[in-house]
Amino acid sequence: MIIDLPNTTTSKISKEITNMRHRGGVVALGRVLTLVVITKHGYEEEAIEAANEASREHPCRIIVLVDSGRDSADRIDGQIRVGGDAGASEVIVLRGYGRLAEESESLVAALLLPDAPIVAWWPHGAPKDAGDTSIGRIAHRRITDSGNEPDPTSALYRLRETYQAGDTDLAWTRLTNWRIQLAAALDQADGSPVTGVTVEGASDSPSTVLLASWLTLAFDAPVTIVADPAGTGIRRVRLHRATGDIQLYRPGLTVAELTQPDQPNQRIALPRRSLQDCLSEELRRLDADEVFGEVLASGLPRTNLRSVQPSER
Amino acid sequence: MPENDIGGAKRPANPLRDPRDRRLNRIAGPSSLVLFGVTGDLARKKLMPAVYDLANRGLLPPSFALVGFGRRDWEHEDFAEEVKAAVKAHARTPFDEAVWAQLSEGVRFVRGSFDEDDAFLRLKDTLEELDAKRGTRGNHAFYLSIPPKAFEQVCRQLSKHGLAQAEDGKWRRVVIEKPFGHNLESARQLNEIVESVFPADAVFRIDHYLGKETVQNILALRFANQLFEPLWNANYVDHVQITMAEDIGTGGRAGYYDGVGAARDVIQNHLLQLLALTAMEEPISFNADDLRAEKEKVLAAVKLPEDLSTHSARGQFAGGWQGGELVQGYLEEEGIPADSTTETYAAIRVDINTRRWSGVPFYLRAGKRLGRRVTEIAVVFKRAPNLLFLDQHEQEFGQNAVVIRVQPDEGATIRFGSKVPGTQMEVRDVSMDFGYGHSFTESSPEAYERLILDVLLGEPPLFPRHEEVELSWKILDPFEEYWASTGAQPEPYAPGSWGPASADELLARDGRSWRRP
Repeated sequence: MIIDLPNTTTSKISKEITNMRHRGGVVALGRVLTLVVITKHGYEEEAIEAANEASREHPCRIIVLVDSGRDSADRIDGQIRVGGDAGASEVIVLRGYGRLAEESESLVAALLLPDAPIVAWWPHGAPKDAGDTSIGRIAHRRITDSGNEPDPTSALYRLRETYQAGDTDLAWTRLTNWRIQLAAALDQADGSPVTGVTVEGASDSPSTVLLASWLTLAFDAPVTIVADPAGTGIRRVRLHRATGDIQLYRPGLTVAELTQPDQPNQRIALPRRSLQDCLSEELRRLDADEVFGEVLASGLPRTNLRSVQPSER
Repeated sequence: MPENDIGGAKRPANPLRDPRDRRLNRIAGPSSLVLFGVTGDLARKKLMPAVYDLANRGLLPPSFALVGFGRRDWEHEDFAEEVKAAVKAHARTPFDEAVWAQLSEGVRFVRGSFDEDDAFLRLKDTLEELDAKRGTRGNHAFYLSIPPKAFEQVCRQLSKHGLAQAEDGKWRRVVIEKPFGHNLESARQLNEIVESVFPADAVFRIDHYLGKETVQNILALRFANQLFEPLWNANYVDHVQITMAEDIGTGGRAGYYDGVGAARDVIQNHLLQLLALTAMEEPISFNADDLRAEKEKVLAAVKLPEDLSTHSARGQFAGGWQGGELVQGYLEEEGIPADSTTETYAAIRVDINTRRWSGVPFYLRAGKRLGRRVTEIAVVFKRAPNLLFLDQHEQEFGQNAVVIRVQPDEGATIRFGSKVPGTQMEVRDVSMDFGYGHSFTESSPEAYERLILDVLLGEPPLFPRHEEVELSWKILDPFEEYWASTGAQPEPYAPGSWGPASADELLARDGRSWRRP
């Protein structure tokens, strides 16, 4: 069910939600968090779709703030979606015009769930300092996506400068499955230390940089980035060791091959993660991701970002 | 389990593992699962789908192999097709060709019967081939999804062909399903057979209830909150009811069920495990040893009533209409002898001889063809002193209760009194409900996913130890012996009802009544 409330206020929206509950038993209980999505006109549907899917794992109230143009007269158009149109959640879309186009705590205060954590997500257009925005200050977790920034590497450095506990970035989330497989492979390896690492991935991907930074920090060994054409994601991680290298190599987009000394080659399904997958993972834990903070603070500056071209193999 | 203690060999810590990095799930190490009893319902409906779901969630190693052992005239490919069909029909997560392709490369089938030495030699060759070509590294778990009478033979065969003994740094494990015997003595015999071949810590006894999220949530509810634990004792609790009701008959398990009955089938294992988790003291950690120690303590403290005749009830469902369907009585069901004295409903009262539970009876009931399918634990509190609401009968607002629903619709309910709107001061009971499905994922992992993963990881906290099995039989055996000594036919009850009249009398004698679940 979708209800449009043109030219409205958040207190009217709040009243309408209560009414809906009374009328149809459209219940909004058992929600575990409020997800505030801050986005621009034209980008909102993609974000809502991912958030709806993620809400099946984490029932939440989704508030979408859409910057609909700062040149128009001041106004808010509201929309409430529940039931089949909103996954396991309820979606409140606020299209702000004029001076109401900018996100602010006062805009959402009446709609936040009582006593539930707040997660802020900027799917496109990360702010200069997420923790210092009006919503960012009240949020327990701030999700940006440096992969959607025009210059991802400088976006990472900006994240580093402004990082505070609770910040996270989807470029880091996209790495989780790679990191799991690498850690698991190393669990089984003999104790021979890793003396060097090669990370091969798309030159435009902040995930490549973050993976290199994580490995730099973990192994205290030189990491070389091999630049692939844009749009290929991560292709290869090779851990150089005296007793034999360990390599995880994904030539295509789904299946990766794991090579270890004295073991048959093994194949792993390692597909690129969907937006919904990443968002679900982010919502699973709402405490600070300290490892991410350290990778930004200590790993990133120590990582050699000057990439080399892939050799012919 | 220490982070870097794999297969018993100490190694330097893995620099990629950081305890604070909780995004990194632990995935099972290189290993295979060897399935005995591949054509059974359990294998097709639960085990194979669970293996696929684990693979799909990325929790299995790339080298994982699934080996089927059975009498069918199948090649590896035929077995893979069977697994694929079972996965497509029953898996929880969507079917993904890439995941399946990766998994199916490790599917093998070994044809043979349990008495055939050649078959076990072929199994050994298959496992060696997997070690060499797939990289399972000598780690193998044997899942005995077979009748207990075949355990001995299979265990002996595994031992005889050197399959049960692990080399250094590798492991062999065996997984067995209930029933663990039919009384204390047979449980001991069974255990002797299994533990003569496998070391005690390599034996994983599956009680699938313990893999359920809600059952694990009992621990979270009790020990992660400040709200409940102060009330969780004889000062505030009046009594506890643990119910497991099924709305079906024996449904194809007639051959197994007759002679076993409701008490042995579920009270001995599931209900007493639920009782242990509800009543135990706080363990000092979630380590397997600490957790099991508390469960064993409380099971050992269970005290049986002096007069078993007035504190137990048995029933047998009769034929009749149930929910718009004409159903047969137990004695008319196919495969059941017409003079069977097996009970399909059993209720018992036990007490727990600890300070915490002194004077608080625990009522356990289990049955088939009852009103609806439900498993729940109801902790019923003492009545509040009624000093203010004098014009109301005490019956109108009852006792507070915390109800933990184990299945279906997993969750918890709290019952308390609330004012009825209006000018009068009237109080009525209302429920506050927490549904797992409302607050968390719409599909929480199946119990078997969790348990199979724990077997492969070698994490035993959710698996009962033999001592727990023995203690449970010590609780149930006197009831069984008493029932056998009377030689009486269990009291018939109407299908779709909540059991025989004697069960109601059992509580009425104590001035209580059963909750309608």
